[in-house]
Amino acid sequence: MIEVNDIHKSFGDIEILKGISTTFEKGKTNLIIGQSGSGKTVFLKTLLGLHTPDKGTITYDGTNYSDLTPDEKSNLRAKMGMVFQGSALFDSMTIAENVKFPLRMFTKQSNSEMSDRVNEVLKRVNLDDDHNKLPSEASGGMQKRVAIARAIVNQPKYLFCDEPNSGLDPKTATVIDNLIQEITREYDITTIINTHDMNSVMEIGEKIIFLKDGLKEWEGSNKNIFKTNNEAVTGFVYSSDLFQRVQKMYLEEDM
Amino acid sequence: MSYLHNIGQYLLMIKEMFRKRTKWSVMRHLIFKDIDDLIINSLGIVAFISFFVGGVVTIQTALNMTSPIIPKSLVGFATRQSIILEFAPTFISIIMAGKVGSFITSSIGTMRVTEQIDALEVMGINAINYLVFPKFIALMLYPFLISIAMFLGIIGGMAACVFGGFATLDDYVTGLQMDFIPFHIVYAFIKTFVFAFLLATIPSYYGYYMKGGALEVGKASTTSFVWTSVAIILLNYILTQMLLS
Repeated sequence: MIEVNDIHKSFGDIEILKGISTTFEKGKTNLIIGQSGSGKTVFLKTLLGLHTPDKGTITYDGTNYSDLTPDEKSNLRAKMGMVFQGSALFDSMTIAENVKFPLRMFTKQSNSEMSDRVNEVLKRVNLDDDHNKLPSEASGGMQKRVAIARAIVNQPKYLFCDEPNSGLDPKTATVIDNLIQEITREYDITTIINTHDMNSVMEIGEKIIFLKDGLKEWEGSNKNIFKTNNEAVTGFVYSSDLFQRVQKMYLEEDM
Repeated sequence: MSYLHNIGQYLLMIKEMFRKRTKWSVMRHLIFKDIDDLIINSLGIVAFISFFVGGVVTIQTALNMTSPIIPKSLVGFATRQSIILEFAPTFISIIMAGKVGSFITSSIGTMRVTEQIDALEVMGINAINYLVFPKFIALMLYPFLISIAMFLGIIGGMAACVFGGFATLDDYVTGLQMDFIPFHIVYAFIKTFVFAFLLATIPSYYGYYMKGGALEVGKASTTSFVWTSVAIILLNYILTQMLLS
């Protein structure tokens, strides 16, 4: 579980995060949504420790991040898995080497043990036959699955995903969403996903935090996001024609 | 102010390079890969340039020694001094600032743009140690490259001298052995080690701290070449003043 209390973050004179407090629960897919420029990525990077908050605290299963020494912070980060928007795979390594990388860095496993674990994880993300491909030879969906495999190979306690569906077709996007949700439940980890994909919100939004102008505007789940009266949330959710039709359907059901 | 900021950040990067070291089993592979990328892959261009510039130095020297009272062996002497003292350590280092420096800046810069460095940091890896330290160690073999440059420069000079008919082989070899001061070799290798350090760290700095996209990677490579060259020229002057005067 990750608890965030009154987080502020500025770059120069521009205040990006203006005091966010919330809790991300273990074993659930927690989604951060909001328009571009709302502070989602800065918030996620602050949770990852890539940005230091100007004010406020972040607690990881009872451990306050700001109280840790640099080495303790590094050790905590080794328990985090991250799926980047652009996958961020190491382009000089094959798919298998990318997945093996965290094991080589942080474990004392033998080569055969590492290979077994890599095979197991790649099988879990349905990439059994592509071990020796380079990232440049893999499709966008495959790269995302490799990134997920690399993020979970060392059995992290926290999984962060920055727009895992961007640039993917709807079918592949759904596969990635479901995979993340299954992994979250299977490994009982705290997963935080940064997205503005409403399909993801509907599919896997067990807990949703809506950010607007660096503040938490709304908090709930995919069950009640379509019923909220918060104008900022409804403006965001029903911005596309498709979801306007969904809204109409909901209203007709209520009548 | 921005110069001071850059110098301070560069010094902090160097300090960070030696902190929280990457596992040796991983580092070993990185070092061998960087030796291949930075040293072995530079052999061809260094050999080519050294051989022909050695030849040009010899021809220029010979053509400017028109007086019959100047012994022909001075061609070999002047070629040796030019190549050992300045051409091999300094001129080759500036060429390497273009070749190796651009490679280092663009490869680290691309990793920054594509969030690969963020991925390392998220995993709790000291990205500066992981990326810069192996380059620093690989470039400690740079004197090997400079030795080859010295040797081939002198051989190129010999070929130009003999086949161009400027002096006999005996005259050239006599000139090579004339008034030889072993400290000049020590001086050249001290400079080489200092330039190797600059070649590993300045381009890494510009790659690591770059911001923006693909266009900025190109700009960072150019900036890194300019500042590595400036640092080499300045330190060349300072070291020459300290060691030879």
